[in-house]
Amino acid sequence: MSRVWKFGADVDTDQMVPGRFAPYMRPDKDVADAAFIEARPDFNREAVAGDVIVAGENFGCGSSREYAPLALKRRGIAAIIAPSFARIFFRNAVNLGLALFVAPDLVDELQEGDQVTVDLSAYRLLQGERAHELPALPDFARAIVEAGGIVAYVREHGGFPEVQS
Amino acid sequence: MSIQSLELPEQQAERAGWQRPMTLSEQILSRAAGRPVAPGDMVVVAPDLVMGHDSLSPSIIKVMRDQLGVDRVFDPEKMAIVLDHVSPASTVGTANSQNIVRAFAREQGIRLFDVGRGICHQVLVEERLARPGMLIFGSDSHSCSYGAVGAFGSGMGTTDIALIWATGKTWVKVPPTIRVQVRGRFRPGVSAKDLALRVCRELTIAGATYAAIEYHGLDWLPLEGRQTLASMAVEVGAKAGIVPPTGVVTEQLLPPAWLQVHEDAVYEQELVIDLAELEPQVARPSQVDDVCDLSEVAGTEVSVVFLGTCTNGRYEDMRAAAQVLSGRRIHPNVRLMITPASSLEMQRAMRDDTLSTLIDAGATLTTPGCGMCMGRHQGTLGDNDVCLSTGNRNFRGRMGAPSSRIYLASPEVAAATALSGRIAGPEQV
Repeated sequence: MSRVWKFGADVDTDQMVPGRFAPYMRPDKDVADAAFIEARPDFNREAVAGDVIVAGENFGCGSSREYAPLALKRRGIAAIIAPSFARIFFRNAVNLGLALFVAPDLVDELQEGDQVTVDLSAYRLLQGERAHELPALPDFARAIVEAGGIVAYVREHGGFPEVQS
Repeated sequence: MSIQSLELPEQQAERAGWQRPMTLSEQILSRAAGRPVAPGDMVVVAPDLVMGHDSLSPSIIKVMRDQLGVDRVFDPEKMAIVLDHVSPASTVGTANSQNIVRAFAREQGIRLFDVGRGICHQVLVEERLARPGMLIFGSDSHSCSYGAVGAFGSGMGTTDIALIWATGKTWVKVPPTIRVQVRGRFRPGVSAKDLALRVCRELTIAGATYAAIEYHGLDWLPLEGRQTLASMAVEVGAKAGIVPPTGVVTEQLLPPAWLQVHEDAVYEQELVIDLAELEPQVARPSQVDDVCDLSEVAGTEVSVVFLGTCTNGRYEDMRAAAQVLSGRRIHPNVRLMITPASSLEMQRAMRDDTLSTLIDAGATLTTPGCGMCMGRHQGTLGDNDVCLSTGNRNFRGRMGAPSSRIYLASPEVAAATALSGRIAGPEQV
């Protein structure tokens, strides 16, 4: 069983990994150890693989540092659920194969510390007896996340997912 | 100049259907996609210029080589690498990383601007690499700064940039455009930073997410003011922020003929700002849209004042501060850190009495680059420090200790604050 870590709105990438803790500054350290190191020390100490982040609007605003979503990915965060994501964070997370879900209703329902299990293959989040549906991303992003990230996708398919307009 | 000219072949222009009124972003993305595009379209595009800096380039090189298995970059002529985020290296780790990037640039034939040359966004404009009509991506979120010269500039992370280095292509969703219509001129003591902060106040931190911004009514605004304004587009979530090329930009950078403001273009939203009523603005800790008039925070004690960054580290910013500080000394409880945006801007400030005035007043001058903006070196904030910065971000702990606090304001307010030790405007000191 995994747990929910709840965050407010406008969580910026400086909170996820401060610039001073970038891989560039600490090349011999695993960036996963720096996840929310100053902004949420409890998360930094206790978050484990399978846990879920549930946040307010505009999650991931600010810097383009990909090591912010990378730290969460390496930490094993199973899903991030928010009403909206900042643009660069969204791209970075999708490219790394980190599962993002835009689900405002679910954000209201899930509380700090709730015990949950994410079943990505079925796009479901299980909470006790209840099964919440996780809304799929747009096809383009979904194809990348399901491949495990853009590098895996491009290596397998030789290019970007089909784009339509 | 080896960057290719931004030609739009005639039959392509016809096919592109330029008759349909388009925003500047739609025009630039149509040309880059080779077909007419509309907001919401997903398109694969070939950028004209790609920038990498020292903070992410080591990881970009790793992804390109080790994960994508690509040895050569797509086209070194369309690339630039700038070492600015830690300039010069402050640790053995950053020194080693920079050496990896230097060796890579040499081996691949990529133009490299080494430590001390300046901030990527300033350098690419000075070197005339960033030009009107271009599609530019950079490994830095403030790559929206290139909108100052009428380019579509946008920030991306490690993997996206590695894919461009490897393939020359990327994907984008064509953004809708928000029109910011500016009326009037600045009052004395008010400058482009106050307008940029006012835009943050009005649009709010996520108000332009996924959108582009176009700033109108600023034909009279010099290039440096446009750089200040465009650099902060990302702070309201925007993908790009473009000032239509007019005036000095048109004279110096010769926009392509196809890049035209269409008055009938469709905008998602319009924001009108009247400069006649604009007072100096200050963003309070720790959110960039928590902006108020100077009078609301005047008197707040500070321990550090920082003049620099891609937003406000140019000659004109140093000049504005020097005019306030001329013949006076900063408050004994304040450290005034000055980091010129580039070596050329520093030299401009050396040619007249700007730099000597600042140093006479008690300022500390550091190597051109990003300086203390992200808390890594050259003045990192300690516990409970209160900093008034001319930068663009005041997230908690960005410049150092999590308990430190950051206010954002113009160079004029920064100089007056350094004099009084408390947040103040030039007419209060």
